[in-house]
Amino acid sequence: MGILDSLALGFETAFTPVNLLFCLIGVTLGTAVGVLPGIGPTATMALLLPITFGFDPATSLIMLAGIYYGAQYGGSTTAILINLPGESSAAVTAIDGHQMAKQGRAGKALATAALGSFFAGSVATLLVALLATPLSRLALDFGPAELASLILLGLIASITLASGSTLKALAMIVLGLLLGTVGQDIGSGTPRFTFGQRELFDGLDFVSLAVGLFGVAEILRNLEGSMVRSVVVKKVQDLWLTREDFRRIRMPVLRGTALGSALGVLPGAGHVLASFISYSTEKRAAKDPQEFGRGAIQGVAGPESANNAAAQTSFIPLLTLGLPANAVMALLIGALLIQGIVPGPNVINEEPGLFWGLIVSFWIGNLFLVLLNLPLIGLWVKMLAIPYRWLFPAIIGFAAIGTFSINLNAFDVYAIAFFAVLGYGLIKLGCEPAPLLLGFVLGPLLEEYVRRALTISQGDATVFVTRPLSLTLLVLAVVAFVVAVLPTVRRKREVVFVEEDDGSRPPQPAQAGTGDGAARR
Amino acid sequence: MKLQDARKDLLAGAVFTGFGLAFAVTASTYDIGTALRMGPGFFPLVLGAILVLLGISIAVKGFVAGEGGDLGTVPWRSLVLLIAAILFFGATVRDLGLVPALFVSVLLAALAGRGVRVVPAVVIAASLTALSVLIFVVALQLRLSLVGPWLGG
Repeated sequence: MGILDSLALGFETAFTPVNLLFCLIGVTLGTAVGVLPGIGPTATMALLLPITFGFDPATSLIMLAGIYYGAQYGGSTTAILINLPGESSAAVTAIDGHQMAKQGRAGKALATAALGSFFAGSVATLLVALLATPLSRLALDFGPAELASLILLGLIASITLASGSTLKALAMIVLGLLLGTVGQDIGSGTPRFTFGQRELFDGLDFVSLAVGLFGVAEILRNLEGSMVRSVVVKKVQDLWLTREDFRRIRMPVLRGTALGSALGVLPGAGHVLASFISYSTEKRAAKDPQEFGRGAIQGVAGPESANNAAAQTSFIPLLTLGLPANAVMALLIGALLIQGIVPGPNVINEEPGLFWGLIVSFWIGNLFLVLLNLPLIGLWVKMLAIPYRWLFPAIIGFAAIGTFSINLNAFDVYAIAFFAVLGYGLIKLGCEPAPLLLGFVLGPLLEEYVRRALTISQGDATVFVTRPLSLTLLVLAVVAFVVAVLPTVRRKREVVFVEEDDGSRPPQPAQAGTGDGAARR
Repeated sequence: MKLQDARKDLLAGAVFTGFGLAFAVTASTYDIGTALRMGPGFFPLVLGAILVLLGISIAVKGFVAGEGGDLGTVPWRSLVLLIAAILFFGATVRDLGLVPALFVSVLLAALAGRGVRVVPAVVIAASLTALSVLIFVVALQLRLSLVGPWLGG
């Protein structure tokens, strides 16, 4: 099947009324949670997973994916209007975007962000479409040994770009892998770690884990402080860019698109990294670098293009290899598994409609987003006024109903509470929850491939290093690990992520506890 | 290095070591098998051991070069109320039915907010229950009984 036939099939799938509708719902929801404080795309997708259970697989993925890249748009809206990025990758956009808003140029900043994102999203989608077939074909030669090594590489690489302590991230991955082993063993049927509970025979519920870890734990983190934010800009006007504006954003958009497309493929927070690198690139390339930080339009155009391109190309490892690059992609794997589809290089051949339909839907979704974000910007500004005390009880209620409705099983609801406490506790101790989710999703696959590889090789463990492809992947994993622990890289990484952490968290009022801690040090 | 500065890392190390031990010890009661034919206990045993090692490393590193950092405040009241809300829903949705179970759960959750008084919380709970019924029962057609057997539904 040539690329044109494939795309035609994709358009056929994506342009059905149902899929168009759910693509629109997805990107609208995505924009909403990108705008709203205290709930991100990961939590939203986790909350909506149970609802997608009854959908057609293509519809389900189209909607969930829309939430992810829609949130990139919404995140930049809050970054520009109130200097609080709704999404971590929009932290850079806030630097110049908010300055522009203060100078009364909010409309221009929003238009730049939306148009840059649209261009970048379209190019990156084309890239995904072009690369998908050859990469999947390459991956089809993978045996169990290669697949096991590939998963190991993915897991290790995901900590290289993550924030925080490498050791803790590693421990979170291993804990995730272990939680993934709960349930009946595939080989022998022996129930493992079930404590005789029949409900645990099928393993811990993925939705409960995701909702508890990302939804409820995040609420608890937000309830530590007060969630009050003030909207500086109440009314947005003048959305048109002049010819001069277009001239100034042309190169930043192109460079941002290229950077983002390349970095998005990397596991971990590729899109965050892409927007930071794009910003520093533009600052260096600009004729008047001192304007950066004071409302430079290039400082909005570059990073916004970069993070949206990256959001799109981060689907490449998922679609071709079945390997999630980040927590959002892990959720999509979960969505596929719920539908009975095993993610991997076979999806492109076995489910071509789903595969190409999803890719085409990216482009449609991006188009929807431009329409949603420019003419309807006033609606989103109003939405910023929704108080958090309304938002989080709704999240709890939806989480409980949604999770219960999958299996009509109270146990799955209790599991949310367990993972919420576990997740919140671990976050408090400086551990990021994303690696745990990756480990949980990939654990059963890793175990199966390792066991299969060893059975084929008659128990010879050297199979992983004697097969050239597997060896290459393992060497890359070692390199990724060394890079992650190297002091110089660590320091640079901290610089990148410290800014992000400052920006993406709501302002916390000084509290007795923290003040005390500061005084002691 | 003072003990307080390493508190976060020590606790994290302890949590991981505990989980690792629990998994490894339980796994060792299953069939371990051989490398050729791995039993159900092989993979978790190895991972459990690795997690114990990682846990100890985190604690030791915290002791030697702890980045310190305060635990910050824990919103205990919110934590208890939110968990109670979730557990209550799970325990009663079947017997009380969706509407009463959800109302109480959302009410408990709403009360977890800072400085939220009872009357606004009731308003929030009632509105959100109505909204949820609209979304889940009317629009998405989930087969959940609105009022359960305990209330004669």
